[in-house]
Amino acid sequence: MAEYKWPAPAERTLIGKRISRVDGAVKVSGHAKYSYDYNPKGLLFGKVLRCPHAHARVTSIDTSAAEKMAGIKAVQIVQKPGTEVLWQGDDIVAVAAVDEPTAEDAIRAIQVKYEVLPHNVSDAEPPAGAGEGPAGPMTEDDLENALGNQVPDAQVISDLQKRGVTFQVTDDMTKELKGYGVSDAVINALKAAAYHPEAASQPRSPYQKMAAQTQGDPDKGFASAEVTSEGVYGAPVITHCCLETHGSAAEWPSSDHLLVHCSTQGVSGLPDQYAQALKIPAGNVRAHQDHIGGGFGSKFSPDRWGIATAQLSKSAGGKPVKYMLERDSELMTAGARPSAYARVKVAAKGDGTLVAWQSDSWGTGGPAGAGSPPLPYVFEIPNQRKQHTAVRTNQGPARAWRAPNHPQAAVITMCALDDLAHKLNMDPVEFFAKNLDMTGPRAPIYKEELPLAAELMGWKQKWHPRGDKSEGPIKRGVGLSMHTWGGRGHASNCLLSIHPDGSVDIKMGSQDLGTGTRTAILIVAADSLGIPMNAITLNIGDTMYPPDGGSGGSTTIGGVSSSTRRAALMALDQLFAKVAPALKAQPADLEARDGTVRVKSEPSRSLSWKQACAKLGAMPLSVTGKNPGPGNLINSGVGGVGMADVSVDTETGIVKVNKMVAVQDCGLVINLKTAESQCYGALIMGISYALYEEKVLDPVTGRMLNPNMEFYRLAGLRDIPELMVHMMTDPLNENRGVIGLGEPPVISPGAAISNAVANAIGVRVPFLPLTPDRVLAALEQQQKAGA
Amino acid sequence: MRAFEYTSPTTRQQAVELLAGSWDQSAVLAGGTDLLSLMKDDVVAPKRVVNIKDIRELHGVRFGPRGMQIGALTSLGELADHPLVRQHYPAFGDAVVEAASQQIRNMATLGGNICQRPRCWYFRSGFGLTPKTPEGKSLVEEGDNRYHAILGNDGAALFVSPSSIVPAMIAYGARIRIAGPKGAREVALEKFFVIPRTESEREHDLRPNEIVTDVFLPPPAAGRYAHYEVRQKESFDWPLVLAAVALQMNGNTVRSAKVVMGYVAPVPWVSEEAAQALVGKTVTEQTAQAAGEAAVSQAKPLSRNRYKVQLARVAVKRAILQAAQGKAEGGAA
Ligand SMILES: Cc1cc2nc3c(=O)[nH]c(=O)nc-3n(C[C@H](O)[C@H](O)[C@H](O)COP(=O)(O)OP(=O)(O)OC[C@H]3O[C@@H](n4cnc5c(N)ncnc54)[C@H](O)[C@@H]3O)c2cc1C
Repeated sequence: MAEYKWPAPAERTLIGKRISRVDGAVKVSGHAKYSYDYNPKGLLFGKVLRCPHAHARVTSIDTSAAEKMAGIKAVQIVQKPGTEVLWQGDDIVAVAAVDEPTAEDAIRAIQVKYEVLPHNVSDAEPPAGAGEGPAGPMTEDDLENALGNQVPDAQVISDLQKRGVTFQVTDDMTKELKGYGVSDAVINALKAAAYHPEAASQPRSPYQKMAAQTQGDPDKGFASAEVTSEGVYGAPVITHCCLETHGSAAEWPSSDHLLVHCSTQGVSGLPDQYAQALKIPAGNVRAHQDHIGGGFGSKFSPDRWGIATAQLSKSAGGKPVKYMLERDSELMTAGARPSAYARVKVAAKGDGTLVAWQSDSWGTGGPAGAGSPPLPYVFEIPNQRKQHTAVRTNQGPARAWRAPNHPQAAVITMCALDDLAHKLNMDPVEFFAKNLDMTGPRAPIYKEELPLAAELMGWKQKWHPRGDKSEGPIKRGVGLSMHTWGGRGHASNCLLSIHPDGSVDIKMGSQDLGTGTRTAILIVAADSLGIPMNAITLNIGDTMYPPDGGSGGSTTIGGVSSSTRRAALMALDQLFAKVAPALKAQPADLEARDGTVRVKSEPSRSLSWKQACAKLGAMPLSVTGKNPGPGNLINSGVGGVGMADVSVDTETGIVKVNKMVAVQDCGLVINLKTAESQCYGALIMGISYALYEEKVLDPVTGRMLNPNMEFYRLAGLRDIPELMVHMMTDPLNENRGVIGLGEPPVISPGAAISNAVANAIGVRVPFLPLTPDRVLAALEQQQKAGA
Repeated sequence: MRAFEYTSPTTRQQAVELLAGSWDQSAVLAGGTDLLSLMKDDVVAPKRVVNIKDIRELHGVRFGPRGMQIGALTSLGELADHPLVRQHYPAFGDAVVEAASQQIRNMATLGGNICQRPRCWYFRSGFGLTPKTPEGKSLVEEGDNRYHAILGNDGAALFVSPSSIVPAMIAYGARIRIAGPKGAREVALEKFFVIPRTESEREHDLRPNEIVTDVFLPPPAAGRYAHYEVRQKESFDWPLVLAAVALQMNGNTVRSAKVVMGYVAPVPWVSEEAAQALVGKTVTEQTAQAAGEAAVSQAKPLSRNRYKVQLARVAVKRAILQAAQGKAEGGAA
């Protein structure tokens, strides 16, 4: 039996090296096919009529004129009359036509009447006392929020007993909750809760105040503090802005079999979602994807438009129908990162030791409110009081955005701590270092990373107390932030076959988000089998292959690398058993290295890989490696440090980033090159949301005003400065096993850049993005305060 | 995009004849970098599109006694690469090079740049040039006006003039030639832009059946020219505010000045106040600052764009200082 562990450093020929991604050439040459590029003969084009109002009720739909138009092959009502629409751009009717202009003409020929309802798109600070008072029966949202925010069981139970619920409690629901780890006590209270169906339709306040959470003794904490800092911080709603928009092509090879080419982060998860909506067996759904142009957390579902695409195809006799979102629909409807703001009070002893935290936070995730950011972030300050208010708005639905809630938590916490460091007259690096023992299990790694990041940034030379005192309007400053993430590998199945002719193939239902998943799988397999990467055929991105987890939560690398490693070791076990007699050795004495199978103690006793595989006889050997599985190949929990160096033009408020540093651990690195690429990409994305990105909604019409890439700004090449990335690859980290990396490095840049701007100009700009109007307003306030 | 008839005339005469008397009937297509977006977004829906790119004589740059004559179809890319453009008209050259992105400059024509429609997000969402709320109030005033006008904003039009090149051309005293059914006419570029008072008016003095055929930049008088943009991003973005200045000097003192601001008003804004503040003065940090102040003395910011007053003040000051330092020293004569 193989021992399931990673090869020792000396035995690694590929793992941990810098290896170019295997799909690089097809991508830069344009040969890579995205879902967008799927254009089979006879393809029909889908279009969706979208609601122009932020809040309305559909009163009538007349599609008769569209249905009569030449070239229209199917019309599908997505949301029936009577439906309450909660954001601009929501899908109402879908059509399929022989070409795009005809589909557009049909959309224009459809008559939809709406009763326009009052909208709220503002996530401004809730008025004092909002969301308080006698709370009505709990909605499903209320319950989800309470559970999602770890409100103590006793409180949830007492709320259920006192308030009752607006929804019917079903067995499915309780089963699902149990699956999420909700305690029996809460589930019993839920089952016993009084049912108030009438309350569900009553108008509700947009503010949903969550239970206050207290830890330690905040009053005493603040009383004992020598220095207290107060401020307001936050980040707005931003969108995912995937370069390949959401969408799919759907066709029905037979009347009850569906084939979809869908831009998705989770191929294996699609069939069940389609099956539920379309009432066909999930086994009859095949999903395929070769490449994806960005997801960032927003592409796990077929979405309403994807289901409609499949329905259109069905109505059109099974012909393929493609519908990819237009740029404006993408920005309006296909995902928004919730906003989060907070009034913070944070206090320390004179020596910088943190003693107390208080935050009143709020934010919106669209119609369902939003989860609250984990505050205070990274630092477990001993005494805390915190309260969050979710603001329900017609901003459009929230979706997970690369490290959900963490970038917002970092902005709120790290900026508040930076302000406190300023009040303490301390260099933030020293101040953060002073409190690292409050960071829990990640403390040792932060202790290594913080000085390293400072060195790479040239912090000692660049840092000055707040306010660059040099001449002229351009002020320069540095700032830092820290972050953490889980990243344990998801469920994964690697079907690996070795054929008698020596060829090897791997089949996995996973997907390569552009992070280099293909390359990582091949590195692990090749390094394990002792053969070159190009000797292995890798098939991913199809439900014909064994199921694999969705690529979210930085879980893919841990999942696919460990299942592949296990598969390769299992396969070698079986191969060695067949080859051992020919080498007159015991299977356990063999190893696969340098394209041979050989005796460990006497490498000259060997067979070439091909010769060895010939011993398999007529049949290939096939094994499935799994994650989770035997051996400790993966782990969870990373820490990282981000630093920024910026210049601010104090006359125009324009911020330029001069340099960014990311120091990051992620356990054992499979491919150093693509790991660094993740960090580079994250820093670039971080610069974008720190300086430019904001979903702008019109207060009057409730519409998105910048659903384009002109006023929804993303950093361009010339806005990207020197980026310096350092991965922690020492043995201590490597021994932890593989941990995910996709999300963590994007968490810190916003806070680090905001802190650098404060260091440069001597005053805090409270909210991201750090646009000229905000920077100038902060400078003006500072001047007023000084005058 | 709605269906349309496509025509490709080869002479101005034909082009003008193909154009109709009303805006919704026909549209001129040059590089298409703006017209296509407008049509895709259903902001305009011409029944006939008149492609003028096949009219040979509208391409290219010539130098003559009237200075530089630029055919309306000359691309921004060609202008950016033309060695004499930057030599003789450095501030204009700077403006061209900084506009949009390489890809767009390759397609975009100078005529199209002059005639491009405002980027106002209400206009681009189909609410018109003078958008109104259901109650009849100004949608821009009630809504989000962070990028809107701070000057010339007494009427219903609150958008800002979109070109980042036109202000520099005005500073050089550009004139344009327009072909129409009754022949050609010429206007000073400065006078070509008008503030529409109602929804039925346009932002230029152009009839639906006219085309801009040529641009003339007079031989540069010995003087000092500069162009200064405040841009948030360094590529693929629009300036928030810009200033172009031309200074005619008498030794060390300013004899006459032209100060033109972009993105502050529904038209390129020529500031007499700023020019007055400079005449007879030597250019120093203080006089430049004073001219910047003068340039915004009449500014009336809306609810969300007060910061643009500061940006305009600074852009004017910096453009003047750059001109004086000879950073964009011009004039072959
Ligand atoms: C992302 C982006 C960034 C940009 N940044 C900038 C910038 O920084 N600065 C800047 O100045 N511009 C910028 N632009 C705008 C760009 O410069 C214009 O779109 C371009 O100059 C228009 O020229 P065109 O030939 O493509 O015009 P078209 O799109 O063909 O036409 C534009 C309009 O002018 C009319 N028209 C065109 N030619 C004539 C003519 N000869 N006579 C009469 N009417 C005519 C058309 O009917 C249409 O209404 C940007 C555009 C984009 C998309």
